[in-house]
Amino acid sequence: MAGNRDYINRRIHSLLGVIPIGIFLIQHLTVNFFATRGPEAFNNAAHFMESLPYRYVLEIFIIFLPILFHGIYGVYIAFTARHNVSNFGYFRNWMFMLQRYTGIITLVFIAWHVWETRIAIGLGWAELNYQLMESILTEPFFFWFYVIGVISTTFHFANGLWSFCVSWGLTITPRSQRFVTYATIIVFLAISYVGVRTLFTFAYGG
Amino acid sequence: MSENKTVTFIIERQDSPETAPYEEKFEIPYRENMNVISALMEVRRNPVNANGEKTTPVFWDMNCLEEVCGACSMVINGKPRQSCTALVDQLEQPIRLAPMKTFPVTRDLAVDRSRMFDSLKRVKAWIPIDGTYDLGPGPRMAESKRQWAYELSKCMTCGVCLEACPNVNDKSDFIGPAAMSQVRLFNSHPTGEMNKSERLQTVMGDGGIMGCGNAQNCVQSCPKGIPLTTSLASVFRDTAIESFKSFFGSDQKL
Repeated sequence: MAGNRDYINRRIHSLLGVIPIGIFLIQHLTVNFFATRGPEAFNNAAHFMESLPYRYVLEIFIIFLPILFHGIYGVYIAFTARHNVSNFGYFRNWMFMLQRYTGIITLVFIAWHVWETRIAIGLGWAELNYQLMESILTEPFFFWFYVIGVISTTFHFANGLWSFCVSWGLTITPRSQRFVTYATIIVFLAISYVGVRTLFTFAYGG
Repeated sequence: MSENKTVTFIIERQDSPETAPYEEKFEIPYRENMNVISALMEVRRNPVNANGEKTTPVFWDMNCLEEVCGACSMVINGKPRQSCTALVDQLEQPIRLAPMKTFPVTRDLAVDRSRMFDSLKRVKAWIPIDGTYDLGPGPRMAESKRQWAYELSKCMTCGVCLEACPNVNDKSDFIGPAAMSQVRLFNSHPTGEMNKSERLQTVMGDGGIMGCGNAQNCVQSCPKGIPLTTSLASVFRDTAIESFKSFFGSDQKL
């Protein structure tokens, strides 16, 4: 037996967070970054993604099912912790708490974001183009909702990458764990820039 | 020196496992170099609280008084530690004492740490050397390995790491860092290694390694300085490898 169901679920949860969800996140933010080159560049990139062969298979198995599993099981994990940063204000304990908080924020954000874009487009209520995102993000409330959502997602991914390295036994020594902490801080800053820069382009142009 | 200098203690008390906890304040005459235990002994000698009312002596657990048995662990000013090595001069006043409520409170500051010993039994934290015949001497252990394994063997099952861990609580069945470190200790022993797979399979079950969320409070809190997070990460690696071996097969199994 390879461990019980709980053990296997935790392993799958940890794996899915990086492969494919983490890879998808980077790809998604990169394609969206085309917006900084103007509406036409964004529309071309978006239409290329939209016209990929067997797109529904890709969407279901690389995006929707992994996110659903990771999100739902993640809520269960988040609610089994009793946070104690007031007595144990160590860096990793803060990260532990923020990982769970950002997970919940990210889930709410993604649910809304998928509803507003992918589902709306699928139901024919909206069309995938630069103007769709522009109309959403020029509203100040939604602009800040997206900024918080994107930063929470990038934090959750970067810090998740750190715990992924520990959970799969890649980083065992404190030294290697510290090294990966610095690496994931750089990852966080880099992809946060990519995401937020795109949001600013949609909201304020150029 | 001022002869009537006192030390203020606010102690969370509980008369029995079922009754509600309450706080009681004590003013204890200061003596040089006193620790929390000697202050508690003073309360026992003269059980009168800060209001001058006669009360029951505060109950606590203790044994070795030199930080090797783990019995006198309690929460002192918010942090779990041994009361024998908690020097009054180094503590901020009023000194707040509370039981480690991760465990069932038996009375006042004493808790029942049975769950830790149950966990050690579950993970078979021992070296099986008994047989129906003389098994002879075991394989030798490399000195370099003995040195770090000795560090892990310093664990006194005091419960501080469980109290500090945000994932050891009433909502989770995680058995805590202490037992995981013992899995690593006994798996590293040349004879103990013969049951390595068995121990790993156990921690791949309920309350096992996946309960660890890497908050790393354990390693910050351990009074013996045991590299608990290194042990946890090592068990993470070993269980990952064990999963592959047991699912895809290996030369170790049929």
